[in-house]
Amino acid sequence: MKILVIEDEAEMQEVISKSLEREMFLVETAHDFPSAMGKISMYDYDCILLDIMLPGGSGLAVLEELKRLKKSGSVIIISAKNAVDDKVKGLNLGADDYLAKPFHLAELTARVKSVIRRKSLDGQNVIELNNLSINMNDRTVVVNGKHLVLNRKEFDILSYFVSNKNRLINKTALAEYIWGDNIDQSDDFEFIYSQIKNLRKKLKDSSAEAEIQAVYGIGYKFIVS
Amino acid sequence: MKLLNHTLSYLAIAFFLVIGIWAAFFYMNMLDEIYDSIDDGLENSKILIIQKAEQDSTIINRTNFMESNYAIHEISAAQATAFRDVYIDSTMYMVNEKDFEPVRMLKSAFRLSSGKYYQLQVISSMVEEDDLMEDLLYAIWWLYILLLVSILVINNVLLKKIWKPFYHILERLRGFDVERQESTKDIETKVAEFNVLNESVTALLERTTTSFHSQKQFIENASHELQTPLAIGINKLELLAEKTTSDLELREISDVIQTLQRLTRLNKTLLLLSRIENKQFTDTKIVDLNKLADQVISDLSDLAQYKSVQVLCIHESTFTQTMNPELASIMLSNLIKNSIVHNFEGGSVEVRIIDAAIVIENTSKVSALEESKIFKRFYKNTSANTSTGLGLAIVKSIADLYGFKISYHSQTQKHSFKIAFHRSV
Repeated sequence: MKILVIEDEAEMQEVISKSLEREMFLVETAHDFPSAMGKISMYDYDCILLDIMLPGGSGLAVLEELKRLKKSGSVIIISAKNAVDDKVKGLNLGADDYLAKPFHLAELTARVKSVIRRKSLDGQNVIELNNLSINMNDRTVVVNGKHLVLNRKEFDILSYFVSNKNRLINKTALAEYIWGDNIDQSDDFEFIYSQIKNLRKKLKDSSAEAEIQAVYGIGYKFIVS
Repeated sequence: MKLLNHTLSYLAIAFFLVIGIWAAFFYMNMLDEIYDSIDDGLENSKILIIQKAEQDSTIINRTNFMESNYAIHEISAAQATAFRDVYIDSTMYMVNEKDFEPVRMLKSAFRLSSGKYYQLQVISSMVEEDDLMEDLLYAIWWLYILLLVSILVINNVLLKKIWKPFYHILERLRGFDVERQESTKDIETKVAEFNVLNESVTALLERTTTSFHSQKQFIENASHELQTPLAIGINKLELLAEKTTSDLELREISDVIQTLQRLTRLNKTLLLLSRIENKQFTDTKIVDLNKLADQVISDLSDLAQYKSVQVLCIHESTFTQTMNPELASIMLSNLIKNSIVHNFEGGSVEVRIIDAAIVIENTSKVSALEESKIFKRFYKNTSANTSTGLGLAIVKSIADLYGFKISYHSQTQKHSFKIAFHRSV
């Protein structure tokens, strides 16, 4: 899986690349408008992370060029501008997702995996993890061939964990993903704990070969051996 | 009172005094002149009568005024030598008026060639002072009224025309809205002061508008520019946290991440505020507030459950409001979230939807808050560092944007917020 990170900020580019490399993606980078245009015309990528504000041109122009070249790769816009019209414009131009800075790396990983899955699995969209089988379209989970009943939030949490397996997941990132942006300010997100507890118990009871581990102060880790 | 008529009230007092004093002097002078001329006439009559008395002895026998205007009595020599001419005011019965009227009388003494001494009284009809005074008062009163009326008319017609640029500037200041771009209109006037005033006002308004806009722009740019460094910081720490094996280090890293996240929240909230105030939420829809309230409460149910706070929604009425749906949701969720967070275990929140208004009431351990402060930015009642202190400021700015009225009310251990929406027509 090849990913192109188009981002002018060197440090930002570095952390994104490092994080994605940990997920075994092949990462290439472009730091300005001309280099981005050069790379997209020469190579194909499974996913492109695109910053809108680039030195030498707009990220939206890169997006237009991608569509003109009829490239199949997914595009996720990452922008410091969390403005609705930018988002709408980007999505209208054919971007698959939009992520506002600052974001959590886990969130980025989840989004990247989600857009790649949507494109590559021909609508199948089933994730297999040991004895777990998660159907992202039907939102159903099967463990050892048996149906595992999860409520909406439990399923959302599990899908987030699955996208970031064996990685440290910040509880703020998780809370924002499940409960939305407006949840901020409400203390330290301890309230997500009860949902996690239920999910953990359900996984354990169905003897799923995966475990949710609490990491003090930060959040959780979804351990899949 | 308008400026134009303000001067009139002072002028009215000034005129009253000036005209009053003038009238008194005028009256006294006039009276003096009248006496003078009557007295001259009497003197003349006296000389004529004395001359005639030498030739016509019948005159000496006129001891009564009757039809003539003089009377003569014989007196002793001693009396005559002691006599001095005197003018006195007296009254006499007038046949035509059937009343006693004032007369001026000259008393004098003379000696005829016969050696006899006589006393002479000559009279002349006088002006009736009370009538004169009355006429004069009426005249002055009319003059006074006429003056005031003419000043009023001149003020309102002429001065209004002259002061037109001033009122124009006043109108411009009154209608000034720092958020709205206004067209600068030139004022035509020859009055130097008005030109200076107009230039100063124009410059002041321009400066205000410019600084307001640049400040707004600055907040927005600063918030945007902060996003990337914040993202780098948080993401680097997240990578670092995955590398470390030490629990202690993990805790430290976690603390730093938490702090950066607080900064991120603050930044996002400030951006939101500036976007609301810059009127960047332009698309509006008809928002069903009953539905929205239920939705927000259900979104916050996990938080409420964790806090052991019971949230109740009472739909007493149903109504919709045309506004930006995102802002509607932010407004309600900020208020309801606040009422859940600033509550105690086992407390309750009551969301009541009444006619064109929503009332959110919650129990709390905290006593009444200061209404003048709670909607201010960065106002915090608790020292909870997770709160940005901007939640209610956002609610207020949304309410201001649409002209909704938001009020706070508290009674023993209960706080309630009410948003009054526009009544649908």
